[in-house]
Amino acid sequence: MNRYRWLVPTLYILFLMLPIYWLVSMSFKTTNEILGGFSLWPSEFTVESYVKILTDSTWYSGYINSIAYVALNTVISVSFALPAAYAFSRYRFLGDKHLFFWLLTNRMAPPAVFALPFLQLYSAMGLFDTHLAVALAHCLFNIPLAVWILEGFMSGVPKEIDETAYIDGYSFPKFFVKIFMPLISSGIGVTAFFCFMFSWVELLLAKTLTTVEAKPIAAIMTKTASSSGYELGLLAAAGVLTIVPGAIVIWFVRNHIAKGFAMGRV
Amino acid sequence: MARIDLSNLAHSYLPNPKSDNDYALTRMNHTWDDGGAYALLGPSGCGKTTLLNIISGLLRPSEGQVLFDGKDMTDLQPQDRNIAQVFQFPVIYDTMTVYDNLAFPLRNRHVPEAEVDARVREIASHLDLNDALMTRARGLTADAKQTISLGRGLVRNDVNAILFDEPLTVIDPHMKWHLRSKLKLLHRQFEHTMVYVTHDQTEALTFADKVVVMYDGQIVQLGTPEELFIKPSHTFVGYFIGSPGMNVMPIELDGASAKLGGQTVSLPGAAKVKAGDKVELGVRPEFIRLDAKGMPVTVNKVEDVGRQKIVRAQLEGRNIAIVIGEDESVPTDAKIAFDPKGINVYANDWRVELGA
Amino acid sequence: MNKTWNNKAWFMVLPVLLIVAMNAVVPLMTVVNYSVQDTFGNNVFFFEGARWFREVLESERFHNALFRQFSYTFIILAIEIPLGVGIALAMPRSGVWASVCLVLMALPLLIPWNVVGAMWNIFALPDIGLLGYTINAMGIDYNFTSQPISAWITMVLMDVWHWTSLVVLLAYAGLRSIDDAYYQAARIDAASRWSVFRYIQLPKLKHVLTIAFLLRFMDSFMIYTEPFVLTGGGPGNSTTLLSIDLVKAGLGEFNLGIAASMSIIYFLMTLLVCWLFYTLTMQGEKE
Repeated sequence: MNRYRWLVPTLYILFLMLPIYWLVSMSFKTTNEILGGFSLWPSEFTVESYVKILTDSTWYSGYINSIAYVALNTVISVSFALPAAYAFSRYRFLGDKHLFFWLLTNRMAPPAVFALPFLQLYSAMGLFDTHLAVALAHCLFNIPLAVWILEGFMSGVPKEIDETAYIDGYSFPKFFVKIFMPLISSGIGVTAFFCFMFSWVELLLAKTLTTVEAKPIAAIMTKTASSSGYELGLLAAAGVLTIVPGAIVIWFVRNHIAKGFAMGRV
Repeated sequence: MARIDLSNLAHSYLPNPKSDNDYALTRMNHTWDDGGAYALLGPSGCGKTTLLNIISGLLRPSEGQVLFDGKDMTDLQPQDRNIAQVFQFPVIYDTMTVYDNLAFPLRNRHVPEAEVDARVREIASHLDLNDALMTRARGLTADAKQTISLGRGLVRNDVNAILFDEPLTVIDPHMKWHLRSKLKLLHRQFEHTMVYVTHDQTEALTFADKVVVMYDGQIVQLGTPEELFIKPSHTFVGYFIGSPGMNVMPIELDGASAKLGGQTVSLPGAAKVKAGDKVELGVRPEFIRLDAKGMPVTVNKVEDVGRQKIVRAQLEGRNIAIVIGEDESVPTDAKIAFDPKGINVYANDWRVELGA
Repeated sequence: MNKTWNNKAWFMVLPVLLIVAMNAVVPLMTVVNYSVQDTFGNNVFFFEGARWFREVLESERFHNALFRQFSYTFIILAIEIPLGVGIALAMPRSGVWASVCLVLMALPLLIPWNVVGAMWNIFALPDIGLLGYTINAMGIDYNFTSQPISAWITMVLMDVWHWTSLVVLLAYAGLRSIDDAYYQAARIDAASRWSVFRYIQLPKLKHVLTIAFLLRFMDSFMIYTEPFVLTGGGPGNSTTLLSIDLVKAGLGEFNLGIAASMSIIYFLMTLLVCWLFYTLTMQGEKE
């Protein structure tokens, strides 16, 4: 039985790759070939769809927008969550447990519930259609998550380290940046990865809060697909391009993912 | 219960070992007698756990054979070897009761339930677990958990050998002594062959009839605690066992006497060594006494350790340790002599038998 | 860790509190506000009390959406959790292949959700999609845009494709944390493969599986983008899950009161189930 064990993950990965293969294959087909009928791989190999996306500013600005708000959100989430996670992992204070639980309940809030109120809130603040609006909105679920993951990593660092540093004459900010943060650097990496991931894949809020200036690539994709009468090749190429950043990020954190999950968090 | 033979055994974790350095265990032939209590003693990384896992079948040796009562076991899985093993960290099945934990190895072997019950109760009474039988194993203390792991080994009455891999590591110091004496008692009752891996010499010397000292992938000595003390067959044994360890000093041989710097020490017999060998004299601190007619030493420090004193001194420019009684006083111009009983000669770290 | 009592720690939590509160409390209040009022436009509102809630709770549309939602969540949990654990058990325990598996398996998790929907749409098209074409070529009539059954199968398959990896990663991490000595002891005790799973692996996985279950429950309960892009809730209303129905009511029909009260009912249900599950497992833990 053990001899065939490798079959299980292999078949599963094959299943995962099939739709991706189909997307990639579609993206290299000409519109005529796609509409002409079923073909397993592109008979007339073309990169036309990619050229169009990478040269048309309405398309590629979508990428820049997506990356901008995702990066902004990751920075905000991690930097706000760091001190809070430290407080939760080191101190007891009035209402700490309730606060922690309340933070986590926000991870459970369905974006669909908040879409409309968010639209009104950010319009009222004059942030509508900016990268900051999306970045802040995604904090709703990313900050609780970041606090949760970081608290787990920080609890793994013995308190004696803090005390030794104070005895050695470090001030709190200096200790935090110079000693503590390097100690939990892999935790920060894992946290950033998950913030990136959830901000990158979420679309409902991102779409609701933007119209032109900050519109994410995935939303442009949907719109184009429906308005220009099903240009499947273009749609597929855009889809492929949205997978690329994720794949790159995974490659960089591949050795830390399992550890992040092992913390029993996320 | 069985005699265990290791025949031409060697193991390497690398697929194609080339030099001796690639071997975790270098070639050895060795016999563990039926019903013996052995301790496998050595520093961490010397290969003792590897050897234990080869005996239990968790590892397959890259070369050689493992024989139980003459039968080749090399290719058998652990479950087919009828051995029991207790690990460094207590392994218990959390979700089961103590009773089910003890019954587990029997039930897996399809022993009739009536017999399972009888065996579990018998072993539980030996281990003082009767009251806890129906409780969940999860919440127990480390020593209780370790007792249960031991019980899972004892419960099978046909077990060939029980192997222990540093079983007392996580046990509180005051419970260690208790568990160790219980183990000793159980050994006398059941007469299983027991192999006990440890890096703690006190544990090894109090538990075992025979101690096997390992160093750098090989067995350097097998002997009773007394033999290890009086005739360490390797300088490592002299150094590792005893506190403080043996004094080892380079010498030049001249028949039945040895030149130690400017001094001459007469040996109990002549030693045969090859030219070019590294020759050393080993004397335990316990076999050095203060003697008015002996060799002059410079005393650096005297440590009082209760029932005796340890003198740190220099002999011919080398640091040596001397153990003296607590009432003895150390003169400033101290002189020492070696007790002939405790004189050992080593060539390339291995003990040389002294001729008459 | 024994923590010191220090109320000044509040200052460290304050920024997080403010930013999350802005995002959570203000919109939630807006929603509550809508749920008890009605408007004829021009920003004139009047109080309606529990009318919308009654209407929602009594409406067949809501019952149907709720039923579909629970069926969906139940089906995907029933498939993904056992499948994920099974795959994690079969994965290589370390080495290059383990890394390769992890990277490839994590990939679906990082694809924007509407791209997942679009990808499966293209993949399942009955005439030119690989999946749809293959199924039809085998002589099975399949068209997810016109047949509710096909639509459901596609939707479930898509979710399995998208999220099983999360369960795999969690279970894999849980399995990795089991010390080798347990497996060695089990071999010596002659435990069968099933016993090893039942008495060693499953107890150690309990914690991560709780998390996997909670996450998958929450996320499948609020799922919107993928099925919406795939089927748009159709054919008919056959794949209209709660979130889709909610957005239809709110943004599509501008029925704010209904949408808001649905939101609150929906949110409370998620919280309740999570809380129940959490409490039950914690009690099991203590026992």
